[in-house]
Amino acid sequence: MAYPPAARSSPPRQPSVKVILASADVQRVVDRIAHQILEKTQGAADTVLLGIPTRGTPLARRLAARISTFEDVAVGVGVLDITLYRDDLRRQGTRAVGPTELPPGGIDGKRVILVDDVLFSGRTVRAALDALNDVGRPASVQLAVLVDRGHRELPIRADYVGKNIPTSLAESVKVTLAETDGVDEVKLYGGSPS
Amino acid sequence: MIKHLLSGADLDADTATEILDTAAEMATVAGREIKKLPALRGRTVVNLFYEDSTRTRISFEAAAKRLSADVINFSAKGSSVTKGESLKDTALTLQAMGADAVVVRHPASGAPHRLANWVDGSVVNAGDGTHEHPTQALLDAYTMRARLGRLAGLSVAVVGDVLHSRVARSNVLLLSTLGAKVTLVGPPTLIPVDIAGALAPATDVSYDLDSVLPNVDVVMMLRVQRERMNDSYFPSAREYARRYGLDGPRMRRLPEHAIVMHPGPMNRGMEITPEVADSPRSTIVEQVTNGVSVRMAVLYLLLGGNNR
Repeated sequence: MAYPPAARSSPPRQPSVKVILASADVQRVVDRIAHQILEKTQGAADTVLLGIPTRGTPLARRLAARISTFEDVAVGVGVLDITLYRDDLRRQGTRAVGPTELPPGGIDGKRVILVDDVLFSGRTVRAALDALNDVGRPASVQLAVLVDRGHRELPIRADYVGKNIPTSLAESVKVTLAETDGVDEVKLYGGSPS
Repeated sequence: MIKHLLSGADLDADTATEILDTAAEMATVAGREIKKLPALRGRTVVNLFYEDSTRTRISFEAAAKRLSADVINFSAKGSSVTKGESLKDTALTLQAMGADAVVVRHPASGAPHRLANWVDGSVVNAGDGTHEHPTQALLDAYTMRARLGRLAGLSVAVVGDVLHSRVARSNVLLLSTLGAKVTLVGPPTLIPVDIAGALAPATDVSYDLDSVLPNVDVVMMLRVQRERMNDSYFPSAREYARRYGLDGPRMRRLPEHAIVMHPGPMNRGMEITPEVADSPRSTIVEQVTNGVSVRMAVLYLLLGGNNR
């Protein structure tokens, strides 16, 4: 098929990239969530932070470290792998199964705070709630996320949100952390050029 | 990931390691109060057993059920097979019933390969004739890695009836892929000529167990298959036990860290003495436990995705 010369010579459109949170912002947001957890849980006693891989895990560790800095309280940290509980296993290629690590003492009777980087459809959190069901019986479950980008497909909301980022479905949010990617940053891809 | 698991040769080092790593995660489920995962909910796994094998069938059944798959057990005894139905017709019936995976044990070498051409689902070879038994090799490799911390560089002696042993063949292929060195040991009548060259060129052959023992990390004793001993492969059971059986004094010639394996069922007093089988070096019970985890990993990786 022949294209008109004008169309052929026009430069390809660059997808726009916008930095929503820079490194210092990410640190501030984590500090704020840590304070909110301490406030809402009245001292974070009997609280366990469970990170959802991949980036929820270092976030959970950071939150625990900040909580112990602010209030001198040791909060249990663990990892909750949700691979086998996903509802898209048939659609996606096979995913590698990761470890689930619970802090000593488990989660029975504790207040569990699930930690993830981005809250989007809510399906990851649903899978995490199912996974949690199989490893113990917490007294209550809360959810902390670094970014809430909206577009929920399930009736799920976060108790602690670092930043609300209204997005369109055509856009994507990418969180990078120093532990996994070398730099702390939240970027929005595909939005209207600013 | 591959679609079928028919042979130890189907697995490259990365895929085999992925299965072993996944099995390690699956093993944590066995320690939980609720030993169940929803990963294969709505999938159907058919255990198609033309040969009796309670151990393997139960292991696959437990694995599939822990992943929430529906399991149909099909035993050739008392089925339409005894009325003359062919493997192909059975396969077409399974196909019509919507089997997502068929776990097949068959007395004819190569039957799972044929079956893989007739069904859309994944086929897992659970032992075909004297050919292969790849999930047994995977669980053996898993057990070695769990006990000794590695596979690359291990020296493994596989002792006994190599001629009739599908376990030996699959182990030689898989262990060689994963960097272990295998020595096949047994009477000359039970080690096929040039089997090492045919399977993996780096494999050694020895007819003298005592000279091999001080240099190995793993001794894998094979079952003497009395049901296949219709020719005179060795003079008598007693002579076999004396030359190739693993007893207490022989076990003490092994290096301090070495382990003793057996795929079961054992002929106690023939290829292995009770003293060895029940010693802390023996991994025989662990192998059964690990079998469920490894088969969970295989079923999940074959059926979990859309690579079908």
